[in-house]
Amino acid sequence: MEIKVKLNGKMLTASVEADTVLLDFLRKNGCFSVKRGCDTSNCGLCTVLMDGRPILSCSELAVRADGHEIYTLEGLKEEAEEFVGFIADQGADQCGFCNPGFVMNTIALLRENSNPTDDEIRAFLAGNLCRCSGYEGQLRGIRAFLDSRNN
Amino acid sequence: MINIQKYVRAESLEQAWTLNQSRTNRILGGMLWLRLGSGNVNTAIDLSGLGLDYIEETEEEFSIGAMAKLRDIEKHEGLNSYTDNAVENAVKDIVGVQFRNMATVGGSIWGRFGFSDVLTVFLALDSYVELYKRGIVPLSEFVNMKRDNDILVRLIVKKTPCDIVYKSMRNQRTDFPVIACAVSRINGKLCASIGARPGKAMLVKDEKGTDSPKDFAEYVAENVPTGSNSRAGAEYRTHLIKVLTERCALELGGK
Repeated sequence: MEIKVKLNGKMLTASVEADTVLLDFLRKNGCFSVKRGCDTSNCGLCTVLMDGRPILSCSELAVRADGHEIYTLEGLKEEAEEFVGFIADQGADQCGFCNPGFVMNTIALLRENSNPTDDEIRAFLAGNLCRCSGYEGQLRGIRAFLDSRNN
Repeated sequence: MINIQKYVRAESLEQAWTLNQSRTNRILGGMLWLRLGSGNVNTAIDLSGLGLDYIEETEEEFSIGAMAKLRDIEKHEGLNSYTDNAVENAVKDIVGVQFRNMATVGGSIWGRFGFSDVLTVFLALDSYVELYKRGIVPLSEFVNMKRDNDILVRLIVKKTPCDIVYKSMRNQRTDFPVIACAVSRINGKLCASIGARPGKAMLVKDEKGTDSPKDFAEYVAENVPTGSNSRAGAEYRTHLIKVLTERCALELGGK
């Protein structure tokens, strides 16, 4: 099937199978920030923005992206740069495999709620699993970014 | 992973219904559960082009399209004002925001899944489903209907004067519930909807006329069969039903 997708700001026309998942489509088109983790809709590693909303690309058919706008981390580097340094400063990115998903969902959080509380950060990022860090580093990093910006 | 031979974005409910009469074809909801299955699907029928992703509020009711997402009902001010945030409380711990941006109300209700927070909370309200061929059916009746090849078009929640409280017990945040519990008072009468028993949610009305939250909780626990699975044993679930039902009823009593 032929689909037309606006990927990271550029129109893309491609042919996909009916059961190709969006994750595979995106990686095939050079978006290697999108990781395959649990592959069961639970870990958040494959998070991308579809029409501005964070979704799990491992569980979305590529054909369902037809006519929609998709952003991966490759297309949002500048927006991410504002806060990823603060996360790195906390040593939160250990193996780093979960980071792109965390960053994408943090972008979605900050677009929806520019000044979240710690509980709101925890709640919004609950669908992003990290097996290294225990989550406190990510929370401290986002808090440090918000405090820095607010001051 | 299931294999899908053909994908059709339905242009009408009639087209979707016709395609859905074949046993090898499947309706797509959020696809989160479907994709964990195995086997072959001849035609995947997508309802996402039919404008069913709405939540409409009138003086009398909420009308929630089958393709509305769990995140939509979580954030809907009118629905959460009417239910005192019970709907938000029911869905906020379902995996994560990304998941709830995909999972549909229709898929959650149609599936009548044992673990469903969504079914549990709406069962405790004055709710109905509209099926394309059969028409409008009370949710309490739909939950026990045999599966067929009809299509769930929307969920209707009547604005009957009502108080409701929702609580669940999870071994870990974002996991399936061990027990899900919604207690409501509709037209002065208490009822409890208990899900994750681990069977599908069931409704218990206070036919006995209990005189305290504790009595009501005991009554509900006596009337709800429980079972065991990897998350909890039947005895523990029955204990949790008493605890959560009493807590919900106590909160309702304060209103």
